Amino acid sequence: MNATMIDLKWIPRALGLGLLAFAIFGPLTNLVLWAVAEKWYFPHALPLQYGFSYWVSVFSPRGNATTSLTMSVIIACLTVVFSIGLAIPAGYALARLKLPFRGAILLVLLIPQAFPNLPVYVNIARLFYQIGLNGTVVGVVLVHVTHGLVYAVWIATAAFSAIDRELEEAARSMGASALRTFRDVTLPIAAPGLLASAVFVFLESLDEFTGTYFVGAPDISTLPLLLYTAGSGGNYQIASITALILLLPSIGFMLVIERFLRADVLSKVGR
Amino acid sequence: MPIPLLGLLLVMPALVIVLLLFIVPLVSSITGAFSVDGRFGFANFQKAFELYSSDIVFTIVIVSLSALLIALLSIAIGGYLTLGSNPRAVAILRWLYRWPLFVPFIVVGQILRTFLAKNGLMNSMLMQLGILTPMQTTSFLDWRGIVIAFVWKQTPFVTLLLAGAMASLDRSMIESARNLGASRLRILIEIILPQVLPTLLVGLILSFVTMMSVLSVPLMINAQSPTMLTASMAFRINAYGDYGVANALGVISLLTTSLVAWVYLRQTMREHR
Repeated sequence: MNATMIDLKWIPRALGLGLLAFAIFGPLTNLVLWAVAEKWYFPHALPLQYGFSYWVSVFSPRGNATTSLTMSVIIACLTVVFSIGLAIPAGYALARLKLPFRGAILLVLLIPQAFPNLPVYVNIARLFYQIGLNGTVVGVVLVHVTHGLVYAVWIATAAFSAIDRELEEAARSMGASALRTFRDVTLPIAAPGLLASAVFVFLESLDEFTGTYFVGAPDISTLPLLLYTAGSGGNYQIASITALILLLPSIGFMLVIERFLRADVLSKVGR
Repeated sequence: MPIPLLGLLLVMPALVIVLLLFIVPLVSSITGAFSVDGRFGFANFQKAFELYSSDIVFTIVIVSLSALLIALLSIAIGGYLTLGSNPRAVAILRWLYRWPLFVPFIVVGQILRTFLAKNGLMNSMLMQLGILTPMQTTSFLDWRGIVIAFVWKQTPFVTLLLAGAMASLDRSMIESARNLGASRLRILIEIILPQVLPTLLVGLILSFVTMMSVLSVPLMINAQSPTMLTASMAFRINAYGDYGVANALGVISLLTTSLVAWVYLRQTMREHR
């Protein structure tokens, strides 16, 4: 009796989970199919011919994707260096030191989260145009830093506040200077959280479209811009291959995020 | 050096970047909206309402509808993760729901454009299963496509926050309610939901602002009128170089979100006290 009850309960469960799986993996499967489809038209449910000829042309040394991929990675690395470099001192101060105007500082750091950024990018583009930063790597990096910095400061603050104060106090009482305590005690303990925030900022920069569209295009082409142009040109194979390149690091991060960000750090993000 | 001054010095570089590259352009978008040929005036707003009032309504309706669907789905998923009786089903759901979490919007736009099209995989599969005939297929690449894209991408984010808050609740009250014979749906609605409401609200507000900022999804999925305000702003600038009307539309979207953001900032600042 009990066994049949359990079996019956799997019918609604399997139905619900199956629908969800279809909603999530259906579109993803479609992307993978487009990336390896040579010929595919209506009303055929599946591609008529599979192959990698589009991959060859995308990754040829003179192909657009190679240029865009290099550009994307350069911009993302610079963004990480700048954002984390600024976020470590700021996060430490917010987590550990007595700050005057603390409320106002937090407010300024929260505002980019609370307003749509497109009107801001439009006006940055206008400003950058006047000072010659439009269409330059520096201009795009600055836009990405502003966006990534807010997350980086939040995660860094959370990582520093999760550290037991007594460890630092023990080091200080044994005669270590404040700087040495920070370098040898605080920073190594906070490292996993900071690494997670670096990966996060890297991905945000890699995936950023709107800011690059206004500030960088057409001189700077990143992968999202290439995806957009290829897609609007009706070239779904190139667009899907580019999308797949963007997708892999994002899904990888989703699968490992919990190893980097422990629950005690995660619970302090945004607090 | 006194500690407060040192702290200020450490925060300053990050603060200056945000001030110069976010707050200043934000202010200039507002002043730009009211500037007509170098003077103060409302002509930009007049033109914005004349040309784009349907886009304004469209945007608010789409984003609110998406937020509502995201709320319902994340409560359902989070609730099952917390109250589900079968550990295997809970584990499968936990593994399943978060896949779209870090998928960039531009990729969401591309995959749903091919999936939801008249000749996309969704219709093909429904045809193969005999549910639809080729004549009955329709394209979902209109307002429905935008809503699907937003819900697909943002539900895992809100669910992640919500499930975390639900997991950290005190189990004893839930257990005693179960022992008294309360149904799981009733426990979810009457005991769990009121306690995690602030988290749900923060997640929804962040999603609201995100959806108001996304340019790629409306450009890729809804290439028609009416469309989202982001697409209208981009069009105004690319086609006419008309920063005045674009900024007026920007201010309208800022006002919409600031109404919502005000709630969020108040909530977060209160937690920092």
